[in-house]
Amino acid sequence: MLQIKDLHAGIEGKEILKGINLTIRPGEVHAIMGPNGSGKSTLASVLAGRSDYEVTGGSVDFLGKDLLELAPEARAGEGLFLAFQYPVEIPGLSTINFMKTAVNEVRKYRGQEVLDAAEFLKLMKEKMSLVNIDKNLLTRSLNEGFSGGEKKRNEVFQMAMLEPRLAILDETDSGLDIDAIRIAAAGVNAIRSKENATLVITHYQRLLDYIVPDFVHVLYNGRIVKSGGKELALELEETGYSFLKNEMNIA
Amino acid sequence: MNDGLSTIEQQITSDYKYGFTSDFEADQAPKGLNEDIIRFISGKKNEPEWMLEWRLKAYRHWLKMEVPEWANIKYPPVDFQNIIYYSAPKQTKKLNSLDEIDPELRRTFEKLGISLDEQKRLSGVAVDAVIDSVSVATTFREQLGELGIIFCSMSEAIQEHPELIKKYIGSVVPMTDNFYSALNSAVFTDGSFCYIPKGVRCPMELSTYFRINAQNTGQFERTLIVAEEGSYVSYLEGCTAPMRDENQLHAAVVELIAMDHAEIKYSTVQNWYPGDKEGKGGIYNFVTKRGICAGVHSKISWTQVETGSAVTWKYPSCILKGDHSVGEFYSVAVTNHHQQADTGTKMIHLGKNTRSRIVSKGISAGVSHNSYRGLVSVAKNATNARNFSQCDSLLLGDRCGAHTFPYIEVKNNTAQVEHEATTSKIGEDQIFYCNQRGIDTETAVALIVNGFAKEVMNQLPMEFAVEAQKLLAITLEGSVG
Repeated sequence: MLQIKDLHAGIEGKEILKGINLTIRPGEVHAIMGPNGSGKSTLASVLAGRSDYEVTGGSVDFLGKDLLELAPEARAGEGLFLAFQYPVEIPGLSTINFMKTAVNEVRKYRGQEVLDAAEFLKLMKEKMSLVNIDKNLLTRSLNEGFSGGEKKRNEVFQMAMLEPRLAILDETDSGLDIDAIRIAAAGVNAIRSKENATLVITHYQRLLDYIVPDFVHVLYNGRIVKSGGKELALELEETGYSFLKNEMNIA
Repeated sequence: MNDGLSTIEQQITSDYKYGFTSDFEADQAPKGLNEDIIRFISGKKNEPEWMLEWRLKAYRHWLKMEVPEWANIKYPPVDFQNIIYYSAPKQTKKLNSLDEIDPELRRTFEKLGISLDEQKRLSGVAVDAVIDSVSVATTFREQLGELGIIFCSMSEAIQEHPELIKKYIGSVVPMTDNFYSALNSAVFTDGSFCYIPKGVRCPMELSTYFRINAQNTGQFERTLIVAEEGSYVSYLEGCTAPMRDENQLHAAVVELIAMDHAEIKYSTVQNWYPGDKEGKGGIYNFVTKRGICAGVHSKISWTQVETGSAVTWKYPSCILKGDHSVGEFYSVAVTNHHQQADTGTKMIHLGKNTRSRIVSKGISAGVSHNSYRGLVSVAKNATNARNFSQCDSLLLGDRCGAHTFPYIEVKNNTAQVEHEATTSKIGEDQIFYCNQRGIDTETAVALIVNGFAKEVMNQLPMEFAVEAQKLLAITLEGSVG
C-alpha cells in the first residue's frame, strides 16, 4: 500500500529525513517511535504534502501512485489521512459544515456522487456513534475553544467520515490524559479494517497499549534504526531512548 | 503541489464575473453640470416646481463645497463636468406587464441571474429594477397596495405622493450634509420610495437591483423609507455592474425614518465593478446612508456586504433620537487587487436608554486597503446609552492593509461604550488543514472567509445569504495568505 524508499527531506536547507525506508501493507498497524527531533512529525508532514518541507531524494509509492507528485488535496482523495498533532482552529466554520465540504470534495475526486444533506446527516450519525462524539461539539466552530481531548476526538471523527486507506496519527496522545487516550484509541480501533492501514507516530509507549501495532520502528536522527514487533515498544519504555544513542555510537 | 504563499499570490487573479454591457438606446443629457442640466433632468421627469427649486438650491450649495479628503483612500480627482447626469433606457410607453420590457434589457437581467420572470415567480420578493436611472419594472405592487404599503420609484413618488416626499426628503440627510449628498440632491435621477403605514408588517422582503449601464453615466439614486408607528419592513439593495475602462461615479443617498415601535432592516449586497487587476477602471462609490430612530422603541438595522467598487466611501448611520431606540450595523467589506474601502458607521445616541451594536468584518487581499471608520457619540441627555463595537480584520497575503479608526465621543457619564478589535491572517496552517481533508485551496479560502464573516451573514435575509456567500467566494477566488 505504502512504499517509502530512501526518502530524504528537510526544511530551509536543513536535512531532517536522511533515507527512510518503510513498507506498509493493508490491514497493518505500524508505530513510529523516537525521541524529540528525530523527524517523526516531519515524516507525517512530508507524506501529507506540507509545502514547507522539501523532498530532496527517494520515492513514495501509495496504492500504485507517485505520492510526492500529488497535491495535498489529491493525496486526501487517494485515501491518505493525517490526524494532526495540533489541529487548527477555524472560527465561524462548524465541523459539520467543514466535513460536508470535505466528504463531498473527496467523493468528487473518487468519482462518486456527492451526498445531499439528508445522506450526509445519516453518514454523520453513523460515524458519530462509532467514535462516540457529541453532536454539540460538531456544531461549534472547528476546534475553537476545544480541549486537547476534544480536538483529538474530532480528528478521529473526521478520519471516520473520510474513510481513509492509510491513516497517519501524529502524536495523537500528546497532551491527553489516559481517559482521553483511551477514548481516542477506541475510535481508531473501531474503524480499523483489513483493507486499511494505520501509521501511529508517538513518543510514548502508552498509546500503543490501546492501539496495538504489528510493527514498531524506531526513528532516530532521520533514519529508522530499529524495527521489531510490539515488544520493541515495551523495551523502549523500560530503557528509554538513551540506549539508542550508545548503540548508534558503537555502530 | 501547493507551494504556499506563491500559489496564493498567483490565485489573486479572479476576474469580475458580471462584466458585460448591453446595448439599448439611451436618451441622455449632454456631459457636464449646470443649472440647465438640472432643469433638463427635472423636466424629463415632469417634476413639480418645488422639486426643481429644491434641486437648484442643493446645486447652488454644492458649488460652494469642497471634495472631502479625510478618508483613507486615494484616487484621481473626479471631473464633474465630464459626467453625463441623465441617461434613460428608451421607453416609448408605460409598461403594463413584464412582457413589454425591451428584450435587450431582459437579457441583461437574465445574465445577472435575476430574470424578472423568475423574480416574479419567486415568492416573497418584490423587485423594483433600476437600469440607468429609471425604473423599468415594479412587481408585487398590487399585493402591497392592499396593505397600504407604497413601494415605487422615486420619480413616481414625486408625482403621486408629493406630500410625503416633500415632508421627508432631505429630513435625515440634509442637502447640505456633505459634498456628495448635495450633488445627489441636485441631480438624483431615480431610486426607490417605500412607505409602511401604521401597524403594518411588510409581508415580503422589498428588493431593488441597481445597475449602472450607459457609459460615463454617474448614478445618483435616492432612496427614502418611512416606517410609521409599529410597522416593520426589511429592504434589500443589491447590485452588479458591467465592466468599464473609465471610472464611474456613484453617489447615492439613502434615508430611513422609523417612528415609535417601528423597525427597518436595510440590507445591502454591493458588487459594483471593482476595476481590473492593475486597478484600472472600477466604480467610485460615495454613498450617504443614514437612518433616524425618530420614535420610542424604534429600531434600525443596517447590514452590508461590500465586495465591489474601486473606491468605497460609505458610513450607514443611525440617529437614535427616540428613547429606548436601537441601532445596529453589521458589515462585511472585502477588498482585493487595488480596491480601497473606507467604511463604517455612526451611532448618534440622543435619546435615553438607547442601544447600538456595531459588528464590522474587514477582509483584505491583493494590494488593497480596507479601513473601518466609526463614530459612537453619546449626547449630554442620552442617559444609560449602551454601545458595543467589534471590528475584526482578516488579511490575505502580506501586501494588503487593514486600518481601524474608531471615534468615541461621550458627554454623559452613565454611558457604557465597549470597543473590541482583532486582526488576523488566514494561516498556511488553516489552508493546509483543509487541503489535507481533500479541500482545494480556493474552496478552503471560501470556507475560512465565510466563517469569519458568519456573524454578519447571519443577519442577511435567508434568500440573499446564500447569494452573498457565493459573492464572497467569487471576489476572493483563490486569494489567501
